[in-house]
Amino acid sequence: MSETAYTERQVALATGKIKLLERGTGTPAVVLHHSWGSPGWLPFHDKLAERHRVIVPDMPGWGGSERPAWAREPRDIAIIVGRLLAALEVEGAKLVGLGFGGFVAAELATMAPSRLAALVLVGAAGLQPKHGEILDQMMLSHRKYIEESFRDAETYANYIGEEPPDDVRDLWDFSREMTARITWKPYMFNRRLEPLLGDMAVPTLVVWGENDKVVPLECAERYAAAIPTATTVVVDGAGHVVELEEPDRLATLVADFPAVPAGL
Amino acid sequence: MFIGHFTERPYQDRSSGYFGATGRSIMDLGMSNSSYDPKLGADLYNRYLDERVFAEEMGFDGLMLNEHHSTPFCMGGVMNLEAAILARITRRAKIVLLGNILPIWDDPLFLAEELAEIDMISRGRLVTGWVRGTGRESVAHNAVPPFNWERFQEAHDFIVRAWTKPGPFRWEGEHYQYRYVNPWARPYQEPHPPIWIPGVMSRNTVAWAAKHRYPYVMLATELQPTVESFQYYDEVAAQEGFEAGTQHRGYLFKVHVDETEELAEEAGRKYVQGPSNPFLEGNQGIVRPFIQNLPGLTQRNNLLPTMKSFAAAASRGRAGQHLKDSKQEAAPQPPKDIYTDQTDKLSIISGTPDTVIPKVRKVLETIRPGTIFFWDGDGAMSHDDQMRSLRLMGSDVIPAVREISAELDLKGPFEVDPAQEGGQATEEAAG
Repeated sequence: MSETAYTERQVALATGKIKLLERGTGTPAVVLHHSWGSPGWLPFHDKLAERHRVIVPDMPGWGGSERPAWAREPRDIAIIVGRLLAALEVEGAKLVGLGFGGFVAAELATMAPSRLAALVLVGAAGLQPKHGEILDQMMLSHRKYIEESFRDAETYANYIGEEPPDDVRDLWDFSREMTARITWKPYMFNRRLEPLLGDMAVPTLVVWGENDKVVPLECAERYAAAIPTATTVVVDGAGHVVELEEPDRLATLVADFPAVPAGL
Repeated sequence: MFIGHFTERPYQDRSSGYFGATGRSIMDLGMSNSSYDPKLGADLYNRYLDERVFAEEMGFDGLMLNEHHSTPFCMGGVMNLEAAILARITRRAKIVLLGNILPIWDDPLFLAEELAEIDMISRGRLVTGWVRGTGRESVAHNAVPPFNWERFQEAHDFIVRAWTKPGPFRWEGEHYQYRYVNPWARPYQEPHPPIWIPGVMSRNTVAWAAKHRYPYVMLATELQPTVESFQYYDEVAAQEGFEAGTQHRGYLFKVHVDETEELAEEAGRKYVQGPSNPFLEGNQGIVRPFIQNLPGLTQRNNLLPTMKSFAAAASRGRAGQHLKDSKQEAAPQPPKDIYTDQTDKLSIISGTPDTVIPKVRKVLETIRPGTIFFWDGDGAMSHDDQMRSLRLMGSDVIPAVREISAELDLKGPFEVDPAQEGGQATEEAAG
């Protein structure tokens, strides 16, 4: 498949236009990006599109999607993403959330579990660690924060380059403002999320990079403990950005789920 | 002409290793308070208060205080406490707060009450001022940066309303909500204490100040960009239907005066030898632009002409190229001699009265302010350095500046009401 085969379009909601990328057929898989915005169509999306209709929206206020100036917390974003799925007439989707996108996905799943075939949380924010802390991007340069998201500096440099291109920096800078509007405090968690996870019947896959330096691995255990249906997969050696470092592995995990490879 | 005195009140710990010409640079928000010595803090707070009392005796019209948080370069974290003490221990000078950081107050009614008390205790000597604060302040008190400007405006509108509208009333705003606003403390001055706006770079804030007819005080910016910024103020004023004058122009600049040129240079060099200060050119320390300019804190394509000058930008702790943060996580390369570089362009004026007065005159002629503040006793300057300067300010510099100001017709905001021609600007309250 060529990399240009995805389509880009806008969906008009009352809360503003949403931009999304789309490719493939089959069960819909909706991928919610990190707090630093969607970097576009990725090898992970391509791999997933071999078996799914993959939908990658810019969340409202990020990238090409209009900012809901009134939004104050991830739950507001989750409500709009839910409206997007309704507008797209997407039922029975696998909802995949990466980092902050996982936070939004978990919030959405608590509100509309029957609409989802599966919830996949990848290094998801949303729950407060009991021991460590979620890495605070606001106290780091963009470059340093993204570097910490990779398993190591070398992998970061291989992927982004020593100095990120200006358009990448622009994306990070723009996204950080929306992130600050939505989750400056408390930073990247919601104490009102965990109590709502318990009765959620949607099959849930919790995927974590073994070396996630952004959201502590402990949070995977907390999600797994809170969600009765959860299965946890720890990806050896990976950092926070599992979708960049292990795209095929993650795509296969998502596509196979609810089946889970033996031995995990 | 209104002549004020200012110092940042640096935390001067000579044993710390980050103090003095050979000390290491401090990284912005990068220093633990585990090394804070409260006994030293006690000495310094009392020293700075004593110096303010003496400054009043020497003829200063105003004693300016400012506020920063979580940093050794300014001990004024709770500036209102210092103001309250000065209200009681001084008799004549205005107490000028430049300024309270409005967006970091979650309960601005407390601020309205505090300031009213200070105004009463001082019997009407309070000048209030509002700022949006740097990123440091938003981090230290955890105020959401993207809402900084909204909170600034709403807190301002609310406080002015609380001072002027008989209570009780309700306030159901975007960022502040009160069911019962009825503070049992009202400002001594009618309708409320004067409001001056200090700043450096935000075009929004200059325009906002002009629309309210509030004097704008440029904080140690270089001369030509300062002139251009005041021209922008004048333009907005003209659009608003009034002619801005010297009463709307304030300027803070570094002036130290001493008994000999040798002493003046020795003391003047100490401006750049104290705890690193992003606002003190030549000793900014390791500035982290992503903290200074947090996401959404300022409109980044909306800068004043001061940003044209890299030195001005750097001296104010904000890099124009905010995105190039990683490259600037290092101390800026200073010129060969930081001190003479700054004296050459009048960023620092230090000398005997004979050499200082003509330079001050040059600044006054260039900028035409009705309010000035001499920024002195800062960096590594000792109490003795400050006291020598204050004495000579009183005996020589202040009288000379008053004569020059009369000659140049530089009238301050207590000579010409900045709100004249239509009266006090109307507050647009959100409630």
